[in-house]
Amino acid sequence: MALVKVYVNYKQSILNPEAEAVHKALKRLGYADIEDVKLGKYFELTVADGKSQAEMDHEINEICDKLLANYNMENYHYEIEDAEAAQ
Amino acid sequence: MKFAVLEFPGSNCEMDLYNAIKDIIKEEVELVSYKQESLAGFDAALIPGGFSYGDYLRSGAIARFSPIIPALQQFASSGKPVLGICNGFQILTEAGLLPGSLQKNVSAKFICKDETLVVNNNHSLFSSEYQKGQLISLPIAHGDGNYYCDQETLKSLIAHDQIVFKYTNNPNGSVDNIAGIVNQQGNVLGMMPHPERAVEDVLGSSDGKGVFQSIVKHIKSRGVIYE
Amino acid sequence: MNKVAEQVEATPEQIRDQQLYRSMGLTDHEYQLIKDDVLHRLPNYTEVGLFSGMWSEHCSYKNSKPVLKKFFTKGKHVVKGPGEGAGIIDIGDNQGVVFKAESHNHPSAVEPFQGATTGVGGILRDIFSMGARPIASLDSLRFAEPKTDADKYFIQQIVAGISAYGNCIGIPTVGGDTAFDDAYAHNPLVNVMSVGLMDLDKIEVGAAAGVGNSIVYVGHKTGRDGINGASFASFQFDSEHESQRSAVQVGDPFEEKLVMEACLDVINNHAEALIGIQDMGAAGLVSSSAEMGSKAGGNGMELNLDLVPQREAGMSAFELMLSESQERMLLCVKAGHEDEVLQVFADRGVNAVVIGHVTEGHQYRLLHHGKLVADVPVDSLAAQAPVYHRESAVPEHLKHADAHQYQPQIANPTATLKQMLGQLTIASKESIYETYDTQVQTNTVVAPGSDAAVVRIRHHDKALAITTDVNGRYLYLNPRIGGQMAVAEAARNIVASGATPLGITDCLNFGNPEKPDQFYELDQAVMGMSEACEKFEAPVISGNVSLNNEYDNVPIYPTPMVGMVGLIKGIDHITTQDFKQAGDLVYVIGKTDAGFNGSQIQKMQTGQIFGQLFDFDLDYELKIQHLVTKAIQAKLLQSAHDISEGGLITAIAESTFGRQLGVELASDLTVADFFSESQSRFVVSVPQDKQAAFEQLVGSEAYQLGKVTDDNHFFVQASDGYFDLDSDKALAIWKGALACRLK
Repeated sequence: MALVKVYVNYKQSILNPEAEAVHKALKRLGYADIEDVKLGKYFELTVADGKSQAEMDHEINEICDKLLANYNMENYHYEIEDAEAAQ
Repeated sequence: MKFAVLEFPGSNCEMDLYNAIKDIIKEEVELVSYKQESLAGFDAALIPGGFSYGDYLRSGAIARFSPIIPALQQFASSGKPVLGICNGFQILTEAGLLPGSLQKNVSAKFICKDETLVVNNNHSLFSSEYQKGQLISLPIAHGDGNYYCDQETLKSLIAHDQIVFKYTNNPNGSVDNIAGIVNQQGNVLGMMPHPERAVEDVLGSSDGKGVFQSIVKHIKSRGVIYE
Repeated sequence: MNKVAEQVEATPEQIRDQQLYRSMGLTDHEYQLIKDDVLHRLPNYTEVGLFSGMWSEHCSYKNSKPVLKKFFTKGKHVVKGPGEGAGIIDIGDNQGVVFKAESHNHPSAVEPFQGATTGVGGILRDIFSMGARPIASLDSLRFAEPKTDADKYFIQQIVAGISAYGNCIGIPTVGGDTAFDDAYAHNPLVNVMSVGLMDLDKIEVGAAAGVGNSIVYVGHKTGRDGINGASFASFQFDSEHESQRSAVQVGDPFEEKLVMEACLDVINNHAEALIGIQDMGAAGLVSSSAEMGSKAGGNGMELNLDLVPQREAGMSAFELMLSESQERMLLCVKAGHEDEVLQVFADRGVNAVVIGHVTEGHQYRLLHHGKLVADVPVDSLAAQAPVYHRESAVPEHLKHADAHQYQPQIANPTATLKQMLGQLTIASKESIYETYDTQVQTNTVVAPGSDAAVVRIRHHDKALAITTDVNGRYLYLNPRIGGQMAVAEAARNIVASGATPLGITDCLNFGNPEKPDQFYELDQAVMGMSEACEKFEAPVISGNVSLNNEYDNVPIYPTPMVGMVGLIKGIDHITTQDFKQAGDLVYVIGKTDAGFNGSQIQKMQTGQIFGQLFDFDLDYELKIQHLVTKAIQAKLLQSAHDISEGGLITAIAESTFGRQLGVELASDLTVADFFSESQSRFVVSVPQDKQAAFEQLVGSEAYQLGKVTDDNHFFVQASDGYFDLDSDKALAIWKGALACRLK
């Protein structure tokens, strides 16, 4: 089995009010050196064996484009690991 | 004429729309489950507000894969009126029937209050009962109502006169104060404010009636030319 | 993880010898009772767990039962009084209004967002399990004055939780009340009230009867969240027991929406298949099943825990029975009809599984991994919990209270008024309620901001007025009179909106009943509330108790939240607090006396409240309320507003804000009198052409003060000074104060 870690985050140009709120909170807590906060989504997909790397890439990209990310405002990237090893 | 009110798991304004059409606009109306695969027999489709699938992942992102959506896309491409309100607007953008997307409000909070809108375009089939420049009061009730599109898209929206309603006092950070847009063909409207909540004076405003009356006028003036 | 759950393998002997039952909240006496009188053997770990949940105050009301019996609960329109999930009142046309309130104080103190969400979710399940569709929610909140960022964050999270749940499930949050006092610093109060509407021929009860009928589990899978939250809620907090603060459940309004629609479908369209239905709330599966079994009477119940849908592997019987995972219901379904009912849930993608049956005999038996893990008499868990008659003693602070009323120090009346309008308890709560969907279902005629919320009943010429009220400061100075005042203020709000009271629900938020001075407050408050309920013919039809609101031995103010519902017979009787137009005459109805001990101005000027509470006369209160009702029904009033915290001047100011009007008024009252909180008063406005009719109707109880104006000027002449400011400045202070303090 493969473990696919998908990271979805807002494009640089998109305001993310939740991240802003966290950033402000950090400043209030005295962490003045925090210059930016991003707050996105993280998914773990456990995928059955049997696909080539290319097939897997194709499938994951399709899933991200279709559902996990909104191309209007979000970017994504992913990492593929061996599921057993990851545990 | 007959309206369809689509119902998704987690929709919560479907009865408000249903009641507005039945009791106030006095036209035929039926609830249509997201599991259906056809909109045959309907003259207009309304997508209600609410929290389809809890708004989990992104508002409208999961509902957009419902069995009814291909039928809705076909319905829209045949030129029939499709109106998405609030979560309905979000579903329409996720389904690619309208450009752009709806983000979290700038305040990061849900906001429910009456907003004054200006009718920016009164020759759409959804706004013909209003005057251009008319100010109307409609309630908003959303957490993700901040309309976003890139500059190219905005230019195109303006060039094709697709912006139907604008906020006079932008409550959520929407690009160009956009409250509601139509597609280029002019038969799909998405709007964040709730016209169905403003159809009776006892509830504070009747300004929303015009949206539904415009649709009715459009359908009736064309006679039965669809199908 | 919860300490209790780590002790899963303890043997009956270990439980006895090491007194492990204590960590679950059972006393030595209660353990003895279980061992010697109920089971006649040593209870095993699971059984001790069952009793600890069921015999907690939260489930059994063991400390409050003798007090609750004192409540006035009768009335010719009461269809169901206390005892079921929620009470029901007949409002004609085969319609019943169903309402209940519940506290979620302890879970909210631990995790404010989720505590609030699950509070809303729980009370809604109580409403729809009766067969009613929820039509409105209200929230009664008590916080300390926010000082630090953490305080602000806490309040914001509570509000965000209410907003997230109510908005998503699509039930309008139409009102409530929020007050600030440092008495709630370690024990904030989060009370939620919900109101539903039903056809009276569709009443459901939480009972499981008929041998062979099936027990059906519905909703979310069971996880390890909120294990034994019921006995947790009955613990008190102190600085050494922070580790107990671990039982947090997570709310999922989307799932609840699906569960609600499916349950209402079963109740409305499969009535012949359904024997009973109940929410899995406090003490989860054990509470719902044992109560259903016990209420039916005459039968036992057997559940196979292996069939319970589980979110985590390896859960013990104890965990499965005591988990408070949310959005779950328990149904009793007639044998042979199971598939029909299960299909309704399957159609909506909701879990529904037969997990057991009603059995012969009277035993409540649980099977887990093929073994019998609990075997106790069904009534022993629910109906036969111990009842404690607690000792009562007058608290020290009441023994030598000064009878004199505090005299406000007012050098500059306008400055004092400005200061008053900026007090958080007085200031506009718009920054809170604008995050709630107040309008979904399109029946909200009067949204938050007036005395009572008003929700119309579609297709009928009638509406419901709903309010929540209580002033803990009054109860602190005199629990009995303060209890009367809580009900009276609620009734005034109902009357001001054009309604007549139907009944009340309550959340009794008090300290530790095992301490005589704190028990005294509970006992006296209930007596006072009951006296007022009888006077206003507003019976108590449901309610909830939250005790042990105490931190390091200091209790909160006694705070019995009153949730009242009234009926408006005719939409055109709906009245709001806002002055409507310039030229209308302003009156105060009811006498003004020195009402300063416990008042907002005493708190504002001294930082404390003290002395004997001012006088209150229930008969006079009723007389004044009747006058206002008559004036509204005779269509003589443009507006009506109850006078409460901040006194007459505050009520006048609040009446001007809605339409941004001014006033020009004069009175022979002193400036200080304008801040008095003496009860039984309303500010009303009357169109000039109705003056004669109004004065004739109300007679000597109405005092004309002057006129509404539209020149942005707020001017009130008192006998010894005057209030004089721009209306928009007054509005800005009042509107901005809370938003500013929460930023």
